[in-house]
Amino acid sequence: MTLLWILLLPMLGSLIPIITAKRQRSACALATAVAPAVALVLLVLNAKPIFAGETLRFFYAWVPLLGLDITIHLDGLAFLFSLLILGIGLLIILYARYYLSERDSMPRFYAYLMLFMTAMLGIVLSGNLLQLWLFWELTSISSFLLISFWWHKPEARRGARMALTVTAAGGLALLAAFLLIGEIVGSYDLQQVLLSVDLIKQHSWYPILLVLFLLGCFTKSAQFPFHFWLPNAMTAPTPVSAYLHSATMVKAGIFLLARFYPVLSGSELWFVLVSVTGLITLLVGAYLALFKHDLKGLLAYSTISHLGLITLLFGMGTDLAAVAGIFHIINHATFKASLFMAAGIIDHESGSRDMRKLNGLWQFMPITATLAMVAAAAMAGVPLLNGFLSKEMFFGETLNQQLLGSLSWVIPVLATLAGVFSVAYSLRFIHDVFFNGQPKGLSKTPKEPPRYMRVPVEFLVALCILVGIFPVYLIGDLLDAAALAVLAGDVPEYSLAIWHGFNLPLLMSALALLGGTLIYVYRKHLFEFQNTLPDVDALNSFERGVKQFAARCHRFYQWLDNGSLQRYMTLVLLSFVVLAGLPLLDLATLWGGRQELPIDAVNATGAAMLLIAAFATVLWHRKRLIALLMISVVGLMVSIAFTRFSAPDLALTQLSVEVVTIILLMLALFFLPHKTPKQSESSRVVRDLSIASMVGVVVGSLSYALMTRPFTSISDFFIANAKTGGGGTNVVNVILVDFRGFDTLGEITVLGIASLGIFKLLTRIPLFKPSSDGEGRPWALQRNSLLLSTVAQSLLPLAIMVSIYIFFRGHNMPGGGFIAGLITAVAIILQYIAQGVDWVKERMNVEYQRVVAIGLMIALLTGAGSWLFNRPFLTSWFAHFNVPLLGDIELASAIAFDLGVYITVVGSTLLILANLGKMTTSHRPVHKEAI
Amino acid sequence: METLFASCIGFLTFCGVFLMLRGRTFPVMLGLTMLSYAVNLFIFASGRLTLRGAVVLGTTEHYADPLPQALVLTAIVIGFAMTAFLVILAIRARADLGNDHVDGKLPDADGMKRESR
Repeated sequence: MTLLWILLLPMLGSLIPIITAKRQRSACALATAVAPAVALVLLVLNAKPIFAGETLRFFYAWVPLLGLDITIHLDGLAFLFSLLILGIGLLIILYARYYLSERDSMPRFYAYLMLFMTAMLGIVLSGNLLQLWLFWELTSISSFLLISFWWHKPEARRGARMALTVTAAGGLALLAAFLLIGEIVGSYDLQQVLLSVDLIKQHSWYPILLVLFLLGCFTKSAQFPFHFWLPNAMTAPTPVSAYLHSATMVKAGIFLLARFYPVLSGSELWFVLVSVTGLITLLVGAYLALFKHDLKGLLAYSTISHLGLITLLFGMGTDLAAVAGIFHIINHATFKASLFMAAGIIDHESGSRDMRKLNGLWQFMPITATLAMVAAAAMAGVPLLNGFLSKEMFFGETLNQQLLGSLSWVIPVLATLAGVFSVAYSLRFIHDVFFNGQPKGLSKTPKEPPRYMRVPVEFLVALCILVGIFPVYLIGDLLDAAALAVLAGDVPEYSLAIWHGFNLPLLMSALALLGGTLIYVYRKHLFEFQNTLPDVDALNSFERGVKQFAARCHRFYQWLDNGSLQRYMTLVLLSFVVLAGLPLLDLATLWGGRQELPIDAVNATGAAMLLIAAFATVLWHRKRLIALLMISVVGLMVSIAFTRFSAPDLALTQLSVEVVTIILLMLALFFLPHKTPKQSESSRVVRDLSIASMVGVVVGSLSYALMTRPFTSISDFFIANAKTGGGGTNVVNVILVDFRGFDTLGEITVLGIASLGIFKLLTRIPLFKPSSDGEGRPWALQRNSLLLSTVAQSLLPLAIMVSIYIFFRGHNMPGGGFIAGLITAVAIILQYIAQGVDWVKERMNVEYQRVVAIGLMIALLTGAGSWLFNRPFLTSWFAHFNVPLLGDIELASAIAFDLGVYITVVGSTLLILANLGKMTTSHRPVHKEAI
Repeated sequence: METLFASCIGFLTFCGVFLMLRGRTFPVMLGLTMLSYAVNLFIFASGRLTLRGAVVLGTTEHYADPLPQALVLTAIVIGFAMTAFLVILAIRARADLGNDHVDGKLPDADGMKRESR
């Protein structure tokens, strides 16, 4: 549980500065420091088992099904990083107290800082990959907030945006890598993953996941070619740079390299990608650092170079190189953080960071100057300082590898070259700033900073010296424990001694020191050469690239989504053809082996009529009324097809729906143009015809393949149980009202909703009401035909009777609620047509919305009635009664459900048609006059 | 028989799709109606074709598959509700926008709908 508190304390601690915002600045800083200080103590209390090589874990199952658990995994590596994060974090809190001016919002700064600290701790302590990734992205976001802390400066905003874009994009690649690892291993648990070395390395996904993983690491750790965000993030306040860009954030990528070193390293691909990237970054960073006039810019490029050095060490793949890499992580964190803080002090006390103005500061701030000089010497690799030790190990390892075959000698040479530049820029940092004449054009006279602002620098510089002289005593155990975690068990023999005798690494160090001094002395020529090269502004070109990319996406999107329904339809249909058509290509035969039925004359005639009518609809689709009549023939032939192929219920339904649909479309034609203007280009017609024929061919082939294949159906169950379980012999109806009654309930609900939606659409409609038909003939004055009204009137009772008959026989013979409802609706619609709205309204003033609601309620209550008998929803019940005169009558609860269906269908159909019909009369629900 | 039936489904789909690709609302509604015939026949055909096998118990030896029939029956009614909604939407669109083009606005001045590629 103490493990969890190490993470929780800084998290809660991010609230403290906000709570104490009203207090004095020192009190606020002190209160903020409490949480990480306690966490640090808790961490150090665990040092003993960690140094003994143990791994401490905390586990809490959160969403186990997704592999998402809260796991804390504290081993030597995590311990080392937590120590750096908490320790340097505390120093930064102290430093920032003096660095931030009265105008800056200190509580906001501290809250962001603590948030970032939590995220960093989360990364290094996570024992679950998904959890780790979450914290990884949180560092991107919190570093965005920190870099843009001075958000009134446009440079700060742009730099922060760029850092966020690059690191968060890398984070997405990392997520992909983690998901692949999770798929391969079957678990997101770090321990499981670390044990699955062979599984991962031999998997065919290994190259992909390695590239994705490295993308995540390299973007975060500013490796070439993603290094450009780091110098632009220097717009952040200096405490942020000292914390994020020396010890923590940029080390997160390195941390992951170390964390997954046992699982992912050792392959040819790992070596090529990691060591080459590291080598390039090392050289590019060291070279460019020399030319930066901005103190922090120099330090930023130097950081890039040192990160490259560590990456190169991990890329070499030898155990000793990994140890050297870990050692350099510690050393770099100490000297670079102190250098950043020193740069901040100089900036704070002299008002400039430009090395062309800053000269001869020794006389103004001798103590700070001494501290900075020691730290810079450590950076250059001067003996008796910590940087020297790890650099020696690095040089030694470059000599120990055979990675490039016969060209392997190139690596130590290039490493020495990088060392040369590293010495040169360190010298420039010291000599330009503290000596080299007098300051030029500073806004204020430099002086020593407040006493306590220097304490963090003093502490870190002391560490540089002590580690440089007594490495074994100070960090031997720590390094051992971390190396044990990285190398998964086999830590090689290594020596942290200062003196190894005269050997090649020492010679390389000496060469670097000598060469660096020479380059610094003759730097003028190099600067002149560098000035002739074109100056690439990374920030501008990056933003231009992002803008171009966004513009391209926008253009693509506009092409895709141009507001044309026809375009969308085309795309959808084409993708259908591809998706459904391609599998058909693989089908060996279309014919599935089932014997076809013989074609008889009736079917052939019916099919011919169907085809002709469908063709005529297309041919005359511009003459809308004719097309409507033609399509009604198609519908009729479809219902005859249903009759022919043993589906009487369907035939009845199709027939009555056909009637209703045609009436509806006729009414629609009253409000719509009667002809379609010719508007399509011929090429468009050809294109549409080809798309339509492709879809038709695919669908036709698909149905042929389907129909000729033998099949087994679950319907035998329905046929066997219709009578005994559902009490009816018409199986289709029993399925509708009993077996699958819940579906039917859903469907009549949809029907009701659609009709209500239509009702709403029709209110307040500014109707276009034509005074004549399409040919310009005025409408007939005589509203109702006598013949029709007489027939309709006498037909009504007959039709109602038929529908009642069909309703009741539906359970045993073709019929049922749907069909009966449609017949009733058609009969009533006929009255509207024949007699007019007024006539019907006088005799039957019903609000059809209520009818729909009543129908649905009946169906619903019938279903709920089963609950009274402790049965599941919609359980049906039936019994036989012997009624005199009528004989044996069967009563089933399903009848009541079917009644609900019937009423809903009647209500919905009339709600739609009657309301649309009313539009032509004074009864329509309009609030303003029609146009 | 199956060949003929499949051809009818394919042809209805062809007609329906072509009409749905037109630019005015009324042909699109016709196309949708035509396509729903095709779809209903397709679902119906998944129970295979059976002659003289209406699923009323005791009337025949060899029953057709009742399940696709039940599905298609509700599909027909729902299809009607959808068509009706579309029809009213088209009327409303014409009333509100003053034209019956599917995009709610008439194509370019030259009378030809050009695609911006």
